[in-house]
Amino acid sequence: MSVVEVIFVLLGLIAVGSALLVVTTRNMVHAALWLVVTLGSIAGIYLLLAAEFVAWVQVLIYVGAVVVLLLFALMLTKAPTGPQEGMNVGRVVPAALVALLVAVLLGTTVVAGFAGVHLDLDNAVVGSAETTGRTIFESWVLPFEVLSVLLLSALVGAIVLSRGRDTGAREGR
Amino acid sequence: MPLWWPLLVASLLFAIGVYAVLVRRNAVLVLMGVELMLNAVNINLVAFDAHFRDALHGGQTFALFIIVIAAAEIGLALAIVLMVFRTHGHIDVDRLRSLADRDEVEEPIEVSPVMSR
Repeated sequence: MSVVEVIFVLLGLIAVGSALLVVTTRNMVHAALWLVVTLGSIAGIYLLLAAEFVAWVQVLIYVGAVVVLLLFALMLTKAPTGPQEGMNVGRVVPAALVALLVAVLLGTTVVAGFAGVHLDLDNAVVGSAETTGRTIFESWVLPFEVLSVLLLSALVGAIVLSRGRDTGAREGR
Repeated sequence: MPLWWPLLVASLLFAIGVYAVLVRRNAVLVLMGVELMLNAVNINLVAFDAHFRDALHGGQTFALFIIVIAAAEIGLALAIVLMVFRTHGHIDVDRLRSLADRDEVEEPIEVSPVMSR
């Protein structure tokens, strides 16, 4: 195994293991912190797969912003900080069976479908900031602009939702 | 590196996300499962981008777009979660049954102290 393969296996094991901890831990804040480990190792996987810019965006947006938002949500909903019981629904076994079925089906499909295919990373074009910027602003401008409208509408929606109905009542509506 | 390695990691992460969505009672923890599933899809896109040597870098660009959509989704979802917490006093998705399909016996609709004030 080459160095890249060893690093990939390690990062994959870290990602899957910490993701398992995210869904099984009894402490909600620990779940958010294990999510940081998962997302960070996924950023490392992007780096290995020659997607440099995507990796840094992953670090900035997911590890930086999304996890902080999740921690804020836990804080604002008065989530208990210690370990506690009753975080899962009563139907743990059927849910675990469904998840296992998904894992087995998807896993066997991709392994059987791409068994002999070799991923040659030595000559891959690294998706640096320059490459990604060129492709986005030369080939993908229209989806990019549509996405900015989507972000704007999501922003407006979040503001409207979090204002709540108290302010409307106070204004006499 | 065989192509199926990143695809297998993505499949496992997706299944773990499915488990979190099915089994967690706290809405914020359900959202963490959704984030895991979105990341699994992104690994697939980036792996196939590297495999096909796409001149337009469609996989990486689409992964970036999905990250943006996930950011918008998490912002909206947290606004909804906070609103549910204000009106119900909890974010337990098992007990949020106001929109549920009810049986013949009518269950009393929960009125939180926040609403009745």
